[in-house]
Amino acid sequence: MNEVPLTHILFVSTALFFTGMYGLFTRRNMITMLMAVELILNSVNINFVAFNKYLYPDKLDGVFFTIFIITIAAAEAAVAIAIIINLYRSHHSIDVEDAGELKF
Amino acid sequence: MSASTIIFYIISAFMLIAGAVAVTARKIFRAAIGLLFSLVGIAGLYFWMEVNFIAAVQIIVYVGGIVVLIIFSIFLTQKSGEEMPKPIKSRKIFSILAVVLGFAFTCSLISLQTFKVNTNAFNVEVAEIGNQMLSTTEHGFVLPFEAVSILLLAAMIGCIVIAIKSKPETK
Amino acid sequence: MNHYSYIALIPLLPLATFVILGLFGRKYFKTFSGTVGTLSLLASAVLSLITAYQYFLVDGPVNGIYQKIIPLQYTWLQFSPNVSIDLGILLDPISVMMLVVVSFVSLMVHIFSLGYMKGEERFATYYAFLSLFTFSMLGLVISTNIFQIYMFWELVGVSSFLLIGFYFEKPSAVAASKKAFIVTRFADLGFLIGILILSFHAHTLDFNTLITRLTSVQSPEFINITSTSFLGMSVLTWGLTLVFIGGAGKSAMFPLHIWLPDAMEGPTPVSALIHAATMVVAGVYLVARLFPVFSMDAIALNIVTYVGLVSALIAAVIACTQTDIKRVLAYSTMSQIGYMMFALGVARQGGEEGLGYMGSMFHLFTHAFFKSLLFLGAGAVIHMVHSNDMKDMGGLRKLMPITHISFLIACLAISGIPPFAGFFSKEEILLASFNANKLVYGVALFTSGLTAFYMFRLYYNIFWSKAAHVHEPHHGEGTWSMKLPLIILAIMAVIAGFIPFAHFVTSDGALLETPINYLFSVAPVLLAVAGIGLATVLYKSQNGKPDAVAVGLGGFYKAAYHKFYIDELYLFITKKVIFNLIGRPAAWFDKNIVDGTMNVIATLTAKLSVAIKGFQSGKVQNYALYFFGGIAVLAVLFIYIWK
Repeated sequence: MNEVPLTHILFVSTALFFTGMYGLFTRRNMITMLMAVELILNSVNINFVAFNKYLYPDKLDGVFFTIFIITIAAAEAAVAIAIIINLYRSHHSIDVEDAGELKF
Repeated sequence: MSASTIIFYIISAFMLIAGAVAVTARKIFRAAIGLLFSLVGIAGLYFWMEVNFIAAVQIIVYVGGIVVLIIFSIFLTQKSGEEMPKPIKSRKIFSILAVVLGFAFTCSLISLQTFKVNTNAFNVEVAEIGNQMLSTTEHGFVLPFEAVSILLLAAMIGCIVIAIKSKPETK
Repeated sequence: MNHYSYIALIPLLPLATFVILGLFGRKYFKTFSGTVGTLSLLASAVLSLITAYQYFLVDGPVNGIYQKIIPLQYTWLQFSPNVSIDLGILLDPISVMMLVVVSFVSLMVHIFSLGYMKGEERFATYYAFLSLFTFSMLGLVISTNIFQIYMFWELVGVSSFLLIGFYFEKPSAVAASKKAFIVTRFADLGFLIGILILSFHAHTLDFNTLITRLTSVQSPEFINITSTSFLGMSVLTWGLTLVFIGGAGKSAMFPLHIWLPDAMEGPTPVSALIHAATMVVAGVYLVARLFPVFSMDAIALNIVTYVGLVSALIAAVIACTQTDIKRVLAYSTMSQIGYMMFALGVARQGGEEGLGYMGSMFHLFTHAFFKSLLFLGAGAVIHMVHSNDMKDMGGLRKLMPITHISFLIACLAISGIPPFAGFFSKEEILLASFNANKLVYGVALFTSGLTAFYMFRLYYNIFWSKAAHVHEPHHGEGTWSMKLPLIILAIMAVIAGFIPFAHFVTSDGALLETPINYLFSVAPVLLAVAGIGLATVLYKSQNGKPDAVAVGLGGFYKAAYHKFYIDELYLFITKKVIFNLIGRPAAWFDKNIVDGTMNVIATLTAKLSVAIKGFQSGKVQNYALYFFGGIAVLAVLFIYIWK
């Protein structure tokens, strides 16, 4: 386990983070944007666990952070789906370009 | 190059490829499945890092909960077999530029750091987690635990309120 | 000295009348405003007479010299410890004399206007303006401070503008009032520069101090002002000339006279008050006030002399050809003021040499009476005939006896026939010019002959010439209010000459004996009689002789009839030179370059704002990209560049 240096794990999680970010910028469908957000959250989870394991093996703080983040991500996904459904009812589309009422 | 290192790289590659599929697939179901496999890959990473409890939670909550939720919502809102529209070229280019730039920047920052690696054994007993979660002493997490429970309650109520259909007007 | 403090009431009563009539006259007083104005001016006139009596006869000369008394002085603006603008009252022989003249003539005009302007809708406004003018003129003559005189100078100009343009529905009246104001304002520019020069070098604005400093040869200010020179003339000459330019504008001297004939568009009583007796003599008064300083500089006095002389001559020539009776009288005024000016020009300070000064002031005094009488008489005639032109008049002597007699008296007075007032004052002027400069005397003599000629031409054309054919002689000669001032002024025109003026008003305040030189008076009187005779032959009854003379004189007659084309010259210069060469380029520059720059800046700002507005597209992912871009920039900035 310890032959993989910490920085490699961090590289991996960074790559996952930016993949999620690309999806956030590019996807037009709101549900796929939500999926990208989930990827971002998960990359952060990996970071917490990795740091906990490599730098502070005596404590469990990172693990707890991860548990809580998973919980909150679930709640957030639920609320986001509710919002998407509501928006779908008024706009009849979940294309994020169609929700442009904030235009000047 | 031991076996665990190779396993790590395989799991990482699988996870990253699945993630790339999730963000670039043209058909929405394929994106959802890509997400599913990515999350499973992350769970595999947790298993490799010997935090079994987290891995289990990940599979149960994320894969079994959130991805299912997403798939249900896909059913509710659109024809899932069709191709989704592509993003405009300029946005794609800028996004790729931003992503590559960000990645390079962050990686350079990371590689500049020197981490003092502590090579003690990492023991994650479920009983230990349970104890610490509910303890009120220095490393106890009972307060965040209670707060998160309230958050879940609020989220539940919020979802219902947001998504409820308004009553039709009675004549 | 405090027993003169009632003098403050003399200008303040008309001012109060102006305010009251101006604010409330239209609504509350209506036709009663005439009575209000007249009463307040009666009070002012009585107070002026009391002042004159007090000053000349009760207080009298001290050591043979009339003192300059300052009963009231109040510092208004203090620029530096030496220089301040004060408001005060100065009493010396000429200011007391002017007080009497101005208030008396103004009273006569107020009474006359009761009848003349009856039925006028803006009756109260008219009296308000008359009171404003009287206030300004009275303030002008009692000024102690050169800036105070400038302020009242401008006020007088404003009142004149208001009164000339009284019939503002007539475009000719509006044009005339604008012309008067602009020409006098332009001259006042010279006046202001002259004030600044003189007061800068004398380190004071007060008249008495300025005169003392600039007339003593040893004073440092005098040495300074005469030793500095600019373009060949000393600064003193420049200052005095510029001040004289201001005076020339107000007194309608050549070439700034163009406004005076046009100013006849105003009501006739206004012409009598302003453009005959009081405002136009303000320039003469100014030169007289600064006379001690003028007498130190021969060049300035020469300029005064020749300008006055040329004005007198040209005006007399033009007056011989005009047919509008008010215009004839206007040119006559210009000619007589020319007399006053060159009389001042040939005089020197002190004793016998100051005869010209005394003559000028005496002529001012008598001229006020007979010229206002002439104008008021003309007003009565115009009121009867409803026309200004000589061709519509004739044979009016039977219909308007009182007007006829008083007009005749005035014409005799202005021609210089003894024993009327004009003879005495003109004789002093001619004597002074004879002693100083024979050329001036010769021209003056010729002009007085011309004066007699054109005045009697006017007289015969109105009252003799042909049989009367007035359209509706329903209102006779006019009410008592129109006859009374004529009678009073006619009496004054007869007796004013007998006042021993040289006992009161001289250049240095000391008494001067002026016996009548019978031998000397033969020439002017003979010339005047010859002029009258010529006029009788040509105009007493209608005949073809005047037209034959006009044809005989040919081009010269034509030029004089068109007032020597001076108006056309001014118009040409203004339109072709100033407007085209200076006005239009300046306007182009302002519109295209100055405005253009502003427009360009505004357009650029608008374009920029539209561009920035595009950032708010409503697309969430664009926002996210901008957000990330900002973070990237900041991160690079803080981590790599500013460690």
